[in-house]
Amino acid sequence: MEKVFTYIGIVLTVIIAIPFIRVIKGPTLFDRLLGAGAIGTKTIVIICLIGFAMGRIDMFVDIALTYAILNFIGSIAIAKYFELERGENE
Amino acid sequence: MSELQSVIAIGFVLAGAFFMFVGSIGLLRLPDFFSRTHATGKSDTLGIMLVIFGLAIYEGFNINSLKLMLAVVFVALANPVGTHALVRAAFKQGLKPWFKDVSEKKARKG
Repeated sequence: MEKVFTYIGIVLTVIIAIPFIRVIKGPTLFDRLLGAGAIGTKTIVIICLIGFAMGRIDMFVDIALTYAILNFIGSIAIAKYFELERGENE
Repeated sequence: MSELQSVIAIGFVLAGAFFMFVGSIGLLRLPDFFSRTHATGKSDTLGIMLVIFGLAIYEGFNINSLKLMLAVVFVALANPVGTHALVRAAFKQGLKPWFKDVSEKKARKG
């Protein structure tokens, strides 16, 4: 059963590579930020799957929650920064 | 009981992986920023919620599955809010939405 989680983790790693293309060649800055946020939210699932594959879900679920909170705060802080910068220039 | 639990959990996880795949394809293929936010804001959120919910079903009923359900609630709240904040910042910066042809753009303006 743990092997199934390992295989699904490998599939999700391939899925994570797709937004990375958008991060590299995104036309605007916001496309890159959106791709980075998508990678961050998919990493939560990868961390949970690693926890199940290694049999230490009691430890990895806390790491996943912390990663989710840090990713959310980073996204909100960058959005707020770009909102404020335009207002000061005008 | 345990066999049925495993089958349901694998079904949820595979459905979530499918939705995350669709969200990634949408992020790559859609034409502009405002339509790409659909892909990460809705499809990815549903996929992540389904995968973590399936893992919580596999774990059973204890403190770890409670934390996994907390992660589901947090992703459901935080991911659309973060995407919306980014869209709002882009719109205030003056990023123009994409139109299919020029006549529609003129009709929208005038």
